[in-house]
Amino acid sequence: MLNEDTRKLILAHFWVAFIAFVAALALGEWQMYIRSPLHSWIQNPELYYRSVTAHGSAMGYVFPTLVAMGFGYAISELSLKQPLIGRRWAWAGLGLAIVGTLTAMIPVSMGLASVLYTFYPPMVGNPFYYIGIVLVVVGSWIWVALMSINLHAWKKANPGVPIPLPMFANVAAAYLWGWTSVGAAIELLFQIIPAALGLKTTIDAGLARVFFSWTLHAIVYFWLMPAYIAFYTLVPRAIGGRLYSDSMGRMAFILFLVFSMPIGIHHLFQDPQVGAGFKFLHAVFTGMVSIPTLLTVFTITASVEIAARLRGGKGALGWLKALPWSNPMMLAVAFSFIMLGFGGAGGLINMSYQLDFTVHNTQWITGHFHLIFGGAIVIMYFALAYDLWPHLTGKALKDIFLVKLQLWLWFVGMMALTFPWHWVGILGMPRRMAYFDYSNPAIAPEAFAVIMSFFGGLLLLVSGILFVVVLARGHLTEKITLPEFRFSQAVHEPSRLPIALNSFGLWLALMIGLTVVNYGLPISQLLAVKQTSVPVVPIGAAR
Amino acid sequence: MSLDTPQSQRAEAVAQKAEARWAIVVILIIALLLGMMTYMGLHWLTMPASRVETIDPSTLHLAGEFMEENLGSAVEPDGSVTVRLVGSQYSFTPQCLLIPTDTPITFRGTSSDVVHGFNIAKTNVNVMLVPGYIANFKTQFSKPADHVMPCHEFCGVGHAAMWAHVQVMDKTEFFKRAEKERRLSCVK
Repeated sequence: MLNEDTRKLILAHFWVAFIAFVAALALGEWQMYIRSPLHSWIQNPELYYRSVTAHGSAMGYVFPTLVAMGFGYAISELSLKQPLIGRRWAWAGLGLAIVGTLTAMIPVSMGLASVLYTFYPPMVGNPFYYIGIVLVVVGSWIWVALMSINLHAWKKANPGVPIPLPMFANVAAAYLWGWTSVGAAIELLFQIIPAALGLKTTIDAGLARVFFSWTLHAIVYFWLMPAYIAFYTLVPRAIGGRLYSDSMGRMAFILFLVFSMPIGIHHLFQDPQVGAGFKFLHAVFTGMVSIPTLLTVFTITASVEIAARLRGGKGALGWLKALPWSNPMMLAVAFSFIMLGFGGAGGLINMSYQLDFTVHNTQWITGHFHLIFGGAIVIMYFALAYDLWPHLTGKALKDIFLVKLQLWLWFVGMMALTFPWHWVGILGMPRRMAYFDYSNPAIAPEAFAVIMSFFGGLLLLVSGILFVVVLARGHLTEKITLPEFRFSQAVHEPSRLPIALNSFGLWLALMIGLTVVNYGLPISQLLAVKQTSVPVVPIGAAR
Repeated sequence: MSLDTPQSQRAEAVAQKAEARWAIVVILIIALLLGMMTYMGLHWLTMPASRVETIDPSTLHLAGEFMEENLGSAVEPDGSVTVRLVGSQYSFTPQCLLIPTDTPITFRGTSSDVVHGFNIAKTNVNVMLVPGYIANFKTQFSKPADHVMPCHEFCGVGHAAMWAHVQVMDKTEFFKRAEKERRLSCVK
């Protein structure tokens, strides 16, 4: 059972996250409209890039971070069965995230920092944009520390007992984020903010891109963690099955922790400031990081099969019919896996750099990460919010039909949005364009795909609004007596675990060690090369 | 239902074997993909750019290989062609690249201000132009064709207007023209 104040804390995180999410969703759909043939050329493209900056910053830094934090606090209290330690610090972390979001969004909305959420120095915008992002990240670091503190308090009280899988995964996510955010933090604190404040007039754009790549890929695994925690610890229980393998879950989370960081240079395959050797090395490690996902797909499918067989499912594939398809969690995990399948296959293509030459920085990439993050991951955020909601409000969530409609709309909308993007990406359509000249015969055939994406986005917007409506209505029903919250049980619950599967020391050492090896040399080489700094180009300043 | 019956333990053993099989399949898939990538990289020389070269963007127009008169396509003594270009807010110089078929091509490019990049539509050519560094990309074109060449990295408010063109022309015609001009482009 959740403590009353912890409930408020988690609800506050979720509501801030979901409001930011719907606002950013609306901006995204406006962008889809404005750049489609349905609208004439935008008179002021600066407005478009303002919107992209706000959309990316809210969807990348605010929404998933606050979902992970809120879910993390819930996991800590529910799985360890001990009151959350440091609740006041947690509120302070949330406060920092809110203040940071507002600090960042004011200059963005004024057009003073239209640099997109990936920053792109030597363009440098208003310093408050970057300071705001830093505040959000510092707020999340409080969460990282609290997750570690709560786990250690529990371990002290329960020596030798296996850490419950949800908390093990949650703390892995916290450590992953703590370390991966360091790359962007270095870029912001030592390169961009001094330039934005006018203390420096030059910046090494190539080096900044290397620092950012350290964060840029692993941040996606941080976004993914709540979804994977839901796969392992909510889905089997919600659909009436058992988790097939507890230790496989632990291994998957450990592999993410170790392999998420030393791979980010695959974002820089076409960049001139990193040599071929490190590009190759990072490509190889990118291959490794697909292993935990492929293992997860197996384990969760096996767990789902257990549920089907417990419900009387028979045959090699006939058990699929016996699954509880009317259960929203079943629907969510099925949709998530379909999107993960396509998105993951796209990811393997991006990793193979000869293939990446065809699609780098085209709409294919936009399609890829919207399918993985917006599709496979965010649909599980919906599912975990629905699952937790009664335990947060103390009230029943009654709109099961609306919930299912919402999930269907999200799935269909995401497919309609991202498949055309992948297609035009292969044709060479670049990303981040405020408008296209559809009268150009080289671009005209792509117009239809852009219109399809617009309609996909429309379904997503409707679905997003429906999501917050269902949650808001969940506050309005009558109080109920709730059963105790349960996470999934494994077929064989571990009673003892090898120390490697029950602690983080070794894995954190590997995580840091591999990052230092794979990033240390490219960074120190760039630091050693002279005359790589270039003049800052101010954005949003009066000319 | 209890899950500790002999029957369920048998099921567990079956599942564990399936799991091990799957892990092997996964590792083989990844190894195959990485093997293909390595093979192509080494044998077809399709590796990402390897040398890190630097250049000062504030003086590149004054001297050296990226002065305006040196931009465009140049025939090298070994018969290959080097295409030099510069990205600036919000255009490429030259805006129209002229390239021969069936000839080894090396693109050399840089930026005079912010980060740019370009892809040549329906080809594998894809290059980032980061100020301070020189980008290299080797390729070959098999058919005469016209391609669009957009800037594909956000470079400021005018980014969406930054499109160039590439004209791939027959090799013999190209080299005939190259005898008369030191640098070739299709800028009119």
